[in-house]
Amino acid sequence: MPDAIALGWRQYRLERRMFWRNPAAAFFNFLLPLALLGLIGAVASGHQNELNIIVPGIAGMSVMTTTFIALAHNMTALREDGVLKRIRGTPLPTGAYLGALAANAVTNAAVQVSLVVIAGKLFFGLGWPKDWVELIVFVAAGVVCFASLGVALSHAIPNSESAPVIVNAVFLPVILISGVFFDPKHAPSFLRDIAQALPLKHVIDGLSGAMVTGRGLGDHLSALAVIGLWSVAGIVLAVRGFSWEAHRS
Amino acid sequence: MSSATAAIEVTGLRKSYGALEAVRGISFSVRRGEVFGLLGPNGAGKTTTVEILEGYRERTAGTVTVLGHDPQLRSRELRARVGIVLQSCGIYRHLTVGEVLSHWARLYPSPRPVSEVLEVVGMTDQAHQPTRRLSGGQRRRLDLGLALVGDPELIFLDEPTTGFDPAARRNAWDTVRSLRDLGKTILLTTHYLDEAQALADQVAIIKDGRILAQGSPQELGVGGHGQPYTVTYVDSSGRRVEHRTPDPTSLLHELTADALARGERLHQLSVTRPSLEDVYLDLTGQDADGSQTAMDMGPPKRAAGRGESPAAGGSDSPTRVTADA
Repeated sequence: MPDAIALGWRQYRLERRMFWRNPAAAFFNFLLPLALLGLIGAVASGHQNELNIIVPGIAGMSVMTTTFIALAHNMTALREDGVLKRIRGTPLPTGAYLGALAANAVTNAAVQVSLVVIAGKLFFGLGWPKDWVELIVFVAAGVVCFASLGVALSHAIPNSESAPVIVNAVFLPVILISGVFFDPKHAPSFLRDIAQALPLKHVIDGLSGAMVTGRGLGDHLSALAVIGLWSVAGIVLAVRGFSWEAHRS
Repeated sequence: MSSATAAIEVTGLRKSYGALEAVRGISFSVRRGEVFGLLGPNGAGKTTTVEILEGYRERTAGTVTVLGHDPQLRSRELRARVGIVLQSCGIYRHLTVGEVLSHWARLYPSPRPVSEVLEVVGMTDQAHQPTRRLSGGQRRRLDLGLALVGDPELIFLDEPTTGFDPAARRNAWDTVRSLRDLGKTILLTTHYLDEAQALADQVAIIKDGRILAQGSPQELGVGGHGQPYTVTYVDSSGRRVEHRTPDPTSLLHELTADALARGERLHQLSVTRPSLEDVYLDLTGQDADGSQTAMDMGPPKRAAGRGESPAAGGSDSPTRVTADA
């Protein structure tokens, strides 16, 4: 077992190295959310009500990009390129390998949310988070939920070429109706109902409580319940549909 | 054969995908230190068989032992002793050849030094190159390097030279021979007859999920047993003539005497020793060039046990004597 942990650690460090060498991954995981935060924050500067929505919104979106988008892309590419199959033929334990992939995504989520929190304090008048425990709980819940859903989605993506289309077809509508950039209370009610049923709005609500309003975990139990239900569904689908081999063969 | 000396033992192996039976009850064994060739056309069941031995697929029926393990239990100990070269397989694009090999080396309990592996597969000059810039042939050599870096006892090579140019094939063959010289056991699949003939100590010809014949290349094709030689030439009217005979010496004598008597030449005269190819084409029901077979070939040994003949060190390609008389 200690050996498996050591191997998993080596794999994790390799994943980190490859992440920084991959310009597309670094762009979508780090630069894009920060650029959006900078631009939209600049447009909304002076309007603290809007900034109070945008900063936790971008934090929630960052959790989704670093886990859901990254894993849906990566797992599809690793599977279709045959890397998963090749790894399967080595003595690297399955748990150590998948754990390293997950830890890589978790690292990105943690770093990204930290950057957003720091930017919120330095540039957007939010101050430090009022409830650190709540922040960690909702980031962790969001990571589990979106990571499992990302892996589950990768099973439905036939090849690397179609991955960006399918992933963005899910991601873009979800961030627009879930209140990343604006307060969704003015949206049509059917869109708000859809957003209520999806996990991202609840992750953002929790992050908003932690970073802005100071409403604690007790006020967000139903949000955690929705995230939990999506997590269970995501984990079941991620495990059941998992394939070490390319779909094309 | 006792299991102490067998690297692989397969008995009554079957594999079905729904209604399709890809492997229909095959048995063979591979001795330690031997190169075993699984030869057959595309879709014969070669890759399915090999992937069962590698632990990628679960069999439907039969028993399989690889280095004393049941591969579908996927024990780590077995995976540490086996090297696998898959048919086509990607690798991390943002790492260099050296980085990938050193990472792989750490996955194994007693790896070979990376510099040594680079040398074996002829990639020392590419050690610092990102894998995404490698040519197709270089990528195949890296595949081999990744399979060797754990210093395996047993190596699976699934169609190792498909898509290679002739020079690259020769290099790959030399590498396989050098691995055998190191005492490795090698199971290779191929649909190239000359490859099986050149490399394998033992060959099993597989088609439609069954083994049609098994033995050393000499036993199967070359080396008498009444198997006919092929004598061909182009006669004065430009027609290609083909004879099959177990005794080319006297046939040639007759043919050349007749030709000389008529003052003609036998253009493009050639004598071809019977090869694995003849056995293969006969067994798999394929016809190389549509030419009629003048004589019926004796039935080859069907799934016969391997003889006591020494390893096929001299399994060179069929002798072909071509001369414009």
